[in-house]
Amino acid sequence: MSTEASLFNQATIGDILVTRLVEFVRLTRKNGFQVGIAEAIDAIKVAELCFEPMGLYWGLRALLCSKADDWRRFDQLFDSYWQFENSKRQVQSSSRPNGKLEQRSPKKFGIAADSLQVQLGDDSDAGDGSARGGACYQATHLQKDFRFLTTASDIEAMALLVQRLAYRMRRRLRRRWQIAHEGKRLQLRHTVRYSLSYGGTPLEPVYSQRRRKQPRLILFLDVSRSMNIYSYFFLRFAHGIISAFDDAHAFIYHTHLVSITDALREQSNEKLKEKLTAISAGWAGGTRIGDSLQYFNQQFGRKLLSRGTLFMVLSDGLDTGSPALLAEQLKIIKQRVRRLIWLNPLLGREGYQPLAGGMVAALPLLDVFAPAFNLETLAALESVLIKI
Amino acid sequence: MSSRQHFQTCLEQSGYIAEPSLAATLLLFTELRRPLLVEGEAGVGKTEIAKALAKLFDTQLIRLQCYEGLDTCTAVYEWNYQRQLLAIKIQEGEHLSIEQKERHIFSDSFLLKRPLLQAITQTTSPVLLVDEIDRADEEFEAYLLEILSDFQISIPELGTIKATSIPYVVLTSNGTRDLSDALRRRCLYHYVDYPEMDKELRIIQQHEARISQRLAGHVVAFVHALRQLDLRKKPGVAETLDWVSALLRMDIESLNADSELIAQTMVCLLKTKEDRNAVTPEVLVRLLADSV
Repeated sequence: MSTEASLFNQATIGDILVTRLVEFVRLTRKNGFQVGIAEAIDAIKVAELCFEPMGLYWGLRALLCSKADDWRRFDQLFDSYWQFENSKRQVQSSSRPNGKLEQRSPKKFGIAADSLQVQLGDDSDAGDGSARGGACYQATHLQKDFRFLTTASDIEAMALLVQRLAYRMRRRLRRRWQIAHEGKRLQLRHTVRYSLSYGGTPLEPVYSQRRRKQPRLILFLDVSRSMNIYSYFFLRFAHGIISAFDDAHAFIYHTHLVSITDALREQSNEKLKEKLTAISAGWAGGTRIGDSLQYFNQQFGRKLLSRGTLFMVLSDGLDTGSPALLAEQLKIIKQRVRRLIWLNPLLGREGYQPLAGGMVAALPLLDVFAPAFNLETLAALESVLIKI
Repeated sequence: MSSRQHFQTCLEQSGYIAEPSLAATLLLFTELRRPLLVEGEAGVGKTEIAKALAKLFDTQLIRLQCYEGLDTCTAVYEWNYQRQLLAIKIQEGEHLSIEQKERHIFSDSFLLKRPLLQAITQTTSPVLLVDEIDRADEEFEAYLLEILSDFQISIPELGTIKATSIPYVVLTSNGTRDLSDALRRRCLYHYVDYPEMDKELRIIQQHEARISQRLAGHVVAFVHALRQLDLRKKPGVAETLDWVSALLRMDIESLNADSELIAQTMVCLLKTKEDRNAVTPEVLVRLLADSV
């Protein structure tokens, strides 16, 4: 820590303050803020420029935060570190004239060094200049079955990865389309470049192709009791898909069918939870896939099913309804879509055979029948999407 | 008067009413010369920040509107192909070597400068507004990051162009797509929330001098109440201002007036079908009664 602190010119502000600032930058790093040495150096500059009592707070907030979530957590970190009493309330009143802001004494900034309230934790990884720990974590989680995740933090971390996966899928798909080089439109840039070797006559025309339209995705999620462990991850996956793809729709079903596309468009997590709770009455009950599909065909089929559509069912196929109805309805869908995909979390589990009545009825109709119990299997979907 | 207060006053004179924290951030932004990333809901005045800064520094505002599929040809530079083809034809009779010809048609005069290249080749630092960066592709974001750290642009046919002045870069984002950590880290960050009552009141009064103090107060109270509802698209400051204009245009002097008449002006505030349905006449009457 002292090495990091000694990097800075301490001509204008005191040693203690520099130390405190560097420590604070590290504290934010420990708390998941994306900050490194460059930010620590600028934090010192902020303190040097510090024009008024609140200046340090405003300045550090602008410097160290990098997303709305950081912005919300910053107050608490700042207050607990710099030890302002009741300052939360003062911050909230900040835009009112004659608030209590001026009571924040500038003297307080440097003196609280010995009575640190927030634990800085283990400093062993300090000084690398960044706070990125994603890659290794991801690797170990890639093959973990969703049902073996137990702690709340594990589940949350996995859910986040699932959601990101959906984003990444889109990115890959788009990159593929961008490099297409033949088509109807003349691409002047390269045509002119190539014409140089013919003395300016464009003998070798170059074309570019329009981006291919993304396929429409319809997700059909089973949230019955037997799928209980997986539902949450599939919902987060659906959330990622909905936000990443322009034309995606999601439905959940157990004994009946509910569209959750609108609810999943909600950006903030709290609101999303609220909305899902509101529509989740009857979750984890029995399953009637056939009836749900029939309802879907009647209500949404005409609007949503087309030749460019990918229809994806995420279910274990354990059904209390009639297999004949399921087969009949799936056949209608199959006739109208590009690909019919069934993802089964039980598939790939030792000793599992798709023998459940519903599964047997559906199998001959499916284009893709694949497992989906961990990140890796979900990621394998990408290659299916690309082929469309 | 502290330098921040002074800056805040200057901003106000340039037509932007900023709370102290934003003024402090902007002051830092001019001192540290890091790019500034501004996030917030649509219509809270993110873009206006850049406009106000340009006015304040008395410099040019160069705007790059991002969209899906934005590429280097529209963002950085493009060759003027028509002129190049003509030039090649004209050169046909001249006895120049291929290299000389090539040097001629790939010279500065055939280069069309797009916003990013324009921004780094000015004599005085301009304000570069990269609007809605979240709409651009990830690839473009990575490219932008490179420009923002080096302030130089390589053009294969011409060589590397170094910045003659470092622009003040303001990026805005609506959260359509999550931005990369690398870009976020490079930037100062400010989250613009819906304004507090008194700030919004001042904004209204600055834009519409004709409005009475009383009506302005009621308007702000009403809009704030409306934002509390679970709407799909909450009205921003821009919508409030539209609504004020509409009220004045229709000679509505008080929100006590005929609620049916006011319901007609709701087109300014409610922008989706769901929201229009959510604010039923009864809800409207209740909101109006609460805000006057």
